[in-house]
Amino acid sequence: MATKTRASSEKKKGPGKGSKKKGPEIIRVPETTVEIVSDSGEGAQKCGQIFGAVCAKMGNGAWTVEIIPAEIQPPARSKAGGSGNRVRFGTEEITNWGDATNLVVAFNEQVLLGRIELGALAEDAIVLLDNKWATHADEDIQKEWQGGLKELAKHDYRIVEVPMEEECLKIVEDPRRGKNMFALGLLAWICDRDVDLIRAQIAHQFRRKGEEIYQRNVELMEAGYGWAEKNLDFRIEVPTIPSDVPKVVMNGNEAIGMGAIAAGMELCSMYPITPATSASHYLSEVYDKFGGVVHQAEDEIAAVGVAIGASYAGKVAYTITSGPGLSLKQEFLGLAVMLEVPLVVVDVQRGGPSTGLPTKVEQSDLLTACFGQHGDAPHVVLAPATMEECFHSMITARRIAEAFRTVVIVLTDANLATGVQPYPRPQLDARWQQAPVSLPPVDENVPPYDWDPQTGLSPQRYPGQPGGMYTATGLAHNAWSKVAYDPDSHQLGSQMRSRKIAVLQQTLKPPQVYGSDSGELLVVGWGSTKGAIEEAVDRAQAEGLSVSSCHLTFIQPLQPGLKEIFSRFDRVMTVEINYSDEPDDPYITDENRRRAQLAWVLRASTLVDVDCWSRVPGQPLRPGNILKAIRQRLEMGAKV
Amino acid sequence: MTHLGCSLLSCGVVDDRHFEMEDYQGAIARWCPGCGDHSILTAMQRLLEEEQLKPEQTVFVSGIGCSSRFPHYMKTYGFHGLHGRAIPAATGIKLERPDLDVFVTMGDGDCCSIGAGHWIHAIRYNVDMVVLLLDNNMYGLTKGQTSPTTPATFPSNTQPYGSYLEALNPLTATLGVTNASFVAQTAEWIPAHLFETLKAAYHHKGFAFVRILQRCPVYTEKIYEDAVRQPDAIEMLIHDDGIHIPDLDEIYKNQIIHDPGNLDEARRLAEPFDRFRLGIFYRNEKRPRYEDLRRLPVRTAEEKVELLNQEFDRYAV
Ligand SMILES: Cc1ncc(C[n+]2csc(CCOP(=O)(O)OP(=O)(O)O)c2C)c(N)n1
Repeated sequence: MATKTRASSEKKKGPGKGSKKKGPEIIRVPETTVEIVSDSGEGAQKCGQIFGAVCAKMGNGAWTVEIIPAEIQPPARSKAGGSGNRVRFGTEEITNWGDATNLVVAFNEQVLLGRIELGALAEDAIVLLDNKWATHADEDIQKEWQGGLKELAKHDYRIVEVPMEEECLKIVEDPRRGKNMFALGLLAWICDRDVDLIRAQIAHQFRRKGEEIYQRNVELMEAGYGWAEKNLDFRIEVPTIPSDVPKVVMNGNEAIGMGAIAAGMELCSMYPITPATSASHYLSEVYDKFGGVVHQAEDEIAAVGVAIGASYAGKVAYTITSGPGLSLKQEFLGLAVMLEVPLVVVDVQRGGPSTGLPTKVEQSDLLTACFGQHGDAPHVVLAPATMEECFHSMITARRIAEAFRTVVIVLTDANLATGVQPYPRPQLDARWQQAPVSLPPVDENVPPYDWDPQTGLSPQRYPGQPGGMYTATGLAHNAWSKVAYDPDSHQLGSQMRSRKIAVLQQTLKPPQVYGSDSGELLVVGWGSTKGAIEEAVDRAQAEGLSVSSCHLTFIQPLQPGLKEIFSRFDRVMTVEINYSDEPDDPYITDENRRRAQLAWVLRASTLVDVDCWSRVPGQPLRPGNILKAIRQRLEMGAKV
Repeated sequence: MTHLGCSLLSCGVVDDRHFEMEDYQGAIARWCPGCGDHSILTAMQRLLEEEQLKPEQTVFVSGIGCSSRFPHYMKTYGFHGLHGRAIPAATGIKLERPDLDVFVTMGDGDCCSIGAGHWIHAIRYNVDMVVLLLDNNMYGLTKGQTSPTTPATFPSNTQPYGSYLEALNPLTATLGVTNASFVAQTAEWIPAHLFETLKAAYHHKGFAFVRILQRCPVYTEKIYEDAVRQPDAIEMLIHDDGIHIPDLDEIYKNQIIHDPGNLDEARRLAEPFDRFRLGIFYRNEKRPRYEDLRRLPVRTAEEKVELLNQEFDRYAV
């Protein structure tokens, strides 16, 4: 989007108090990306969250991404320590974080340089930079500042030095607590945001902190607004289209939490792990009033064990985790499959293996989610692509878990978890809630696994049902749940558990193709990359390239019709945030190439020679990079 | 959390069933002849009969091991799960369904080794359930490997020249954890004591932990040999608030009067691992129970939808 901020500009008198004679330059754009970065602990994330929410509330499309250092307290003024938030907003819907930032507020030059090294800024970005470092008591810091400015001068940025510290000191003693609100005010004036909405959002963010804190934050925000109005000569205008579709705005983890509540699930049994924790924080705050419990277990194994025990005895329970936790839970997931106890597992993926990139996005748990259990443990894996889908996926997951008496893993990721996006307000349905467990007597001649031989389905039986006593066992068992090591029993049990998944698959719809139905290249994605992939496809089509895409919600079982869809394209490739060898890497041959995870699965199930392009940057994929990959793969010609 | 839609009770049907011991008998037990688990099973079935527990309202939960086959031999609901993980499953069952009576059976490998973390934390949660450690001092099912409770120098297939370490003492471990509320020890070869101990554990409201000394005729017959042959090797903790079986006074003459309300004394008495002290070491019903602390209002579907709509209002654009 490098050119977008300058797409159309004209001089006009700003809507402010009109204190200047000549109005500021108005940069009118269909969308823009704003970023605020500070040292960790200076509140840039809060500022960005409020700004993003206000954009959404004003009717803009928006997508926010957190900029997170991995440590809680990285050293101050370090390139790697930048913390903050990036907000892309536009007139139309925004589905991903885009390519580059057009406007950045930085609290020091080092965190800014860190962002530049990551390629975060557009070449013509506007930079607002706190200049307190120019006169800092420490000479080393003054030198760093001078060096930083030189570095910045090598680019085409428009740099505005802002006396943020000085201005904040007029209001607070410790500007580390408050500069973020000043910055919010700057952005509010520049982007002409609704100040009343900002005040309301500040009140929401600081609702537990009391009136005085709220007042001071508002004062700081207004000071930033006033300073910008007096001193800046440009404004950015992103028109809003009023819509009468009621919307809500939240991050993916909140959407997961609300989805779980809407689905009638009442026990979230978890162990803290980034980036999954904020879902349980949200639930812990509100669950009591719904009669729900967040049980923080002693470890991930216990967490899933408690959930399975609860599901065995009554309502479907769930657990929320991330990769390392999923690994620990695997034995229990196999047990749930074996006992046919319904269970919902949310895996908010982060970079791995091992502790990997704890705060950053990756899509590398797909295979372990599908195949991580020992033995044959057929179950369901689905992957929401947006905040809205995060919400609805929980309702779907619970229904499938219950109807098919199996485990449903919902794969989200750090991008969805921490990103914020507005979406149409869901119409809630009381039927999504679970009915009270009913415990009618059971005919003693009916086995506890009364498998329908065609479908493998059988009704769940609960403790408390007279006449229905049985022992659920993880040992191989027959329909009576009696331990049975004979060949026929294990064959039958395995078949019944597997068949259910085929039955589910038959109820699914084929995925929709985005773009034309046939062509040279089909890009296949899953999870949070949907928006970026579709934007790349749009741009490729605008270049006249013959590209379409298709996004899978169900990973296991796969949606029907894939083979047929793939056959209409010369070449199929997945785009994923996990590792794969590039075809021209040293030592790599078609035989030994390790492919992206969805590609493995698609190749195995369709026998199509599915290619892949994947990266592990610890960041969402940029549409511009996907576009490059599309061009490059098209040059390689047909492959199907 | 779960509120029951319809059960025999809530539907107003008069329940005048009477249960005999056979009503609690599940599959034929497949333990070795002479295995101590047989007598524990019998004592348990007797307890259920005496208490007239409804089979459908009772759940036996276990891990993996010889002792963990227990649920299969009961005609109640059962959950035979993973090695070491009986307690989390039982906790989930009880959180969801406080109306059920939950019994957990574990081996010493199950409880004190692979499941040790769950055991320690479950003591703190103090969820109302009976938890039996069937302690044969050895891994039975996997055929004779050293367990945490194997006495030092006792040989096994993995430590054939004798166990290197001192044994872990499950009683002091349990008594040492914050919020312990019931700790007892009994021996499967003294059926009357076993029965009374199980009964006291059942009547305790909270996490009732009972270590049962259990003979394994294949791997650890020798360990309890003296105690079985010579009653003098056993010391009975007796008290009006504890267990006192006058019929046994003649046989077990070593008696210690111990008030189960005295935690310090309980810890002192539990300390020597080589002494077979049987009885209730500690009991305190005033300890908070996790399921009570987490008890919440039951909401109807409509109420929840209404509340969730209010939540959405907070996030409305
Ligand atoms: C995760 C896992 N590790 C190991 C085993 C093998 N295993 C089954 S039972 C058992 C130990 C049994 O000993 P104990 O718990 O003392 O019970 P016992 O058989 O003596 O009653 C082991 C190691 C297993 N089933 N699962």
